[in-house]
Amino acid sequence: MHELGIVFHVIRAVEDTAQKNDAAQVCSVTLELGEVSGVVHEELLSCWKWAVQKHPVMAGAALCIEPIPAVTFCQSCGKTYPTVPQGKLCPHCGSADTFLQQGSEITIKQIAVR
Amino acid sequence: MDPVRVIEIKQSVFANNDREADRIRARLKGEGTYLLNLMSSPGAGKTTTLARTVAALKDEMRIGVMEADIDSAVDAERMAAAGVRSIQLHTGGMCHLDAGMTEQGLDELGTADLDLAILENVGNLVCPAEFDTGAVKNAMILSVPEGDDKPLKYPLIFTVCDVLLINKIDVLPYFDFDLARVTEAALRRNPRLQIFPICAKTGEGMEPWLNWLRAQVRDWAK
Repeated sequence: MHELGIVFHVIRAVEDTAQKNDAAQVCSVTLELGEVSGVVHEELLSCWKWAVQKHPVMAGAALCIEPIPAVTFCQSCGKTYPTVPQGKLCPHCGSADTFLQQGSEITIKQIAVR
Repeated sequence: MDPVRVIEIKQSVFANNDREADRIRARLKGEGTYLLNLMSSPGAGKTTTLARTVAALKDEMRIGVMEADIDSAVDAERMAAAGVRSIQLHTGGMCHLDAGMTEQGLDELGTADLDLAILENVGNLVCPAEFDTGAVKNAMILSVPEGDDKPLKYPLIFTVCDVLLINKIDVLPYFDFDLARVTEAALRRNPRLQIFPICAKTGEGMEPWLNWLRAQVRDWAK
């Protein structure tokens, strides 16, 4: 249930931003969610629906999720490949000298307010 | 009704937490208190390892322990029995501690007169790894019965830790647990990981781990 903890952190950051921008109501929040961020979308949405009702500024706010595919970069051959089917070993040259280029992010991209 | 406005944020969900964690580290540096965050799955031996660790070190340094669990006070009672100051933190259903909760725990524990504070995180290999607690270093325990494939299944926690304690090595003959294999897989995830095979029950292998901790606490107080 780390989704609940993540939701609490999103709500806190969004409330701060809404307040600084003199917004009375948050209509929607757009999250960029990496493919290997370890977050289960359904679980996140379910926690979201429960938690936003407890915050007047957030009540009824929609959560839009934009998935970010996971991509790994190989330092040996300089190529990239999709992380999920391949894992740590580069499918081009077999090297393990690789690192995740993108796909672990949980980023608040934007919010819509009025 | 006012028109809808879109505000760009582009901020990691963990940004606020990371800021709070940095603030905690700065405060602890000022106090000369070293905070260790200890993580593992349930039943890996966190409390037994801690009890043996504090028993060995409590005459050389002032230690306090925060036991985080969803409920109950059994761990804090075991720590009190081991002879160190301890408090129990209840997460109320949450599977991890974040920096804000850790700070509340540190305030309650009182850290100004401590050399070493240890946070025993909630038993879980997934969620605690995502939230920086403000600890100086992270350590994790993997126990032999859990299996040697865990660095492959739970990569993040092996990446964020500085120390891996491989516990319950006394039962190695009874499990298909390949110490060399787990070491290789863990180091592939995280080349700076220090690995100490131990048996918290018998005390085997504890000395290198204790020496690491002694050096950490000493360096932090400089």
